[in-house]
Amino acid sequence: MSRKYIGIDIGSTASKVCILEEGKEPVFEVLPTGWNSKITAGIIKQDLEKRYDDLDDAKVVATGYGRISVEYADHVITEISCHGIGGYNMIGRDCTIIDIGGQDTKYINVVGGKPIDFLMNDKCAAGTGKFIEVMANRLGLTIEELFELAEIGEPISISSLCTVFAESEVINYMGEGRSREDLAAGVIDSVALKVATLVQRKELQDTVIITGGFSNNEFFASLLSKKLGKTALAMPDGRYAGAYGAALLAKQKDK
Amino acid sequence: MADNQKMWAELGMNLEMHDMLCAVLPGAIGDVFMSQENRPAAMDYFDMVLADVHGLRPAELVEFRKNGGKVFGTFCAYVPDEVIVAAGAIATGLCAGSQFWVPGGERYLPANTCPLIKAMLGARFDKTCPFYRLADVYIGENTCDGKKKAYEILGTDVPLHVMDLPQMKRPKDYLKWADEIKDLKELVEKVTGNKVTEEKLAEAIKLINAKRAALERLYALRRNKNVPISGTDTLLISQIAYYDDPARFTAMVNKLCDELDQRVADGVSVAEGKKRILISGTPMAIPNWKLHNLVETSGGVVVCEETCTGTRYFENQVDESGATLDEMIQNIADRYMGINCACFTPNTARADDVIRLAKESKADGVIDVNLMFCQTYDIEGRSLEERCKAEGIPFLGIETDYTDNDAQQLKTRIGAFIELLG
Repeated sequence: MSRKYIGIDIGSTASKVCILEEGKEPVFEVLPTGWNSKITAGIIKQDLEKRYDDLDDAKVVATGYGRISVEYADHVITEISCHGIGGYNMIGRDCTIIDIGGQDTKYINVVGGKPIDFLMNDKCAAGTGKFIEVMANRLGLTIEELFELAEIGEPISISSLCTVFAESEVINYMGEGRSREDLAAGVIDSVALKVATLVQRKELQDTVIITGGFSNNEFFASLLSKKLGKTALAMPDGRYAGAYGAALLAKQKDK
Repeated sequence: MADNQKMWAELGMNLEMHDMLCAVLPGAIGDVFMSQENRPAAMDYFDMVLADVHGLRPAELVEFRKNGGKVFGTFCAYVPDEVIVAAGAIATGLCAGSQFWVPGGERYLPANTCPLIKAMLGARFDKTCPFYRLADVYIGENTCDGKKKAYEILGTDVPLHVMDLPQMKRPKDYLKWADEIKDLKELVEKVTGNKVTEEKLAEAIKLINAKRAALERLYALRRNKNVPISGTDTLLISQIAYYDDPARFTAMVNKLCDELDQRVADGVSVAEGKKRILISGTPMAIPNWKLHNLVETSGGVVVCEETCTGTRYFENQVDESGATLDEMIQNIADRYMGINCACFTPNTARADDVIRLAKESKADGVIDVNLMFCQTYDIEGRSLEERCKAEGIPFLGIETDYTDNDAQQLKTRIGAFIELLG
């Protein structure tokens, strides 16, 4: 039996796991991170041990904001490197990666198969998954419903750079009786705009891919493409890019 | 420490509040300094100065003032200590590197002012820093709009003289700065009652040149393949340079360098396998060790600082050949005008410095660190990045303040930058 390589990406909202094995398709898992990354890391370990009985010589790389909580990891690597390697291997060529995470948004440029440049939003939730989550809650919608409504709405401009102020802005519009569709469209539009603004100083390659929690959303991808002036590709397994990259790096480090 | 309490009370400090500051210092020192491995033995002196930062040197200043001596407080690498020393006075840096003082400063300044300036006012008005109490006269300099306006507020509480630093480097600006230094000379003469003679000024120039030479020697040692001292330790030394007795400081730095010479000969490294980082940007006043600590616990080692608590403080010497007071003062002006701060326009020489220093120190990458709301350095970050990229030097720009709330995010960014260098 061949050695398994496990990538664990403890994000602020969701934790993702990737199991790599010679000659097999990668296996992806996701679970909510909850309030304690250490407990989450423990649950992942138990779960893996239940399903596989040959983990003794497995190699584990942990990434994500809770990476230091994975005490059984052989290596700890930042999510920038892991998303870069994971995204590159998913698309199979050099690319620019835009990762929209639960608490930050990242730009990663991969050239020659290696991440060479990156950018992260500063300590502010605008343009991140957190922003969408807060707004969905405010509108009484699930995140999926928010995206569905956004597709049929006309975006209202939400200009505040701060999530807290933007929420007040949305409340004002709600007071004016604006439709949920238009507000939902405004929320998603503002995220796309903020992401585009973040990366405008940086070089975009011909291939731009989206990773992170909304990476499989075609609507968001088309909206972001418009703002960037370049096609940004939705990735069906994009949320696992970090875990996949971590597993690939576990394998690489083993050699 | 009981003596300290008495001294602080006599200085009119807010003891209760100051105790809170003192309570956090030992933990911070342990986390940042004592956790490092294989430190040079001669760091003992600087550790001792830091451990009793509000006790040892202030007690010396108290003694000095009892005998009629005058103390001048300064805030910036452009203010020439030479003139102050030549009048038999003491120059002490009034550093403002702690978040502890920021809320106090926010009582007087808009929240979107740089933390250094806010801390400056907080330290004064909260009465929680003995150095701010001990300086008879403050010497300001208009290096940025924030400081300019803050000095107006400080000046309501303490005698304060502002030097008008030119913001361009044309020949007439060098003459103008010499004029400003003459005004400073007249002021210190008036306050101290001592004449700045040719002999005294020549002596002072030699004294401060020796201090700069010692720091130059220390920084040169860091260029070795085997880095003999951590960036965190060196930063502490650069910070202490602003307020220690110059002759003693020079001797202590040279003693440390003797030990480091031996380390280099023996191939001792404190940073085996670590990536070499040059830090450029805004000053890191004591006790701001945030970035160095993050870099050096994330797989990097800081091998040079192109900052006011780094090369901008000591590079270039005052020409010692001046015979008359006017010549000496012009030589002093020329040396200080050679500092490349973002308050000048144009300031392309600063990027030249960064490139040169990155090459000299064999840096794997440059991290440009700017204090939040420091507009001139922030804007300049972009052209600096372009210059570094053109030279093939990896570059990371960071804007931060004194709080710890972005520490995890910075750890990711700095960690990723160091991984990318690998």
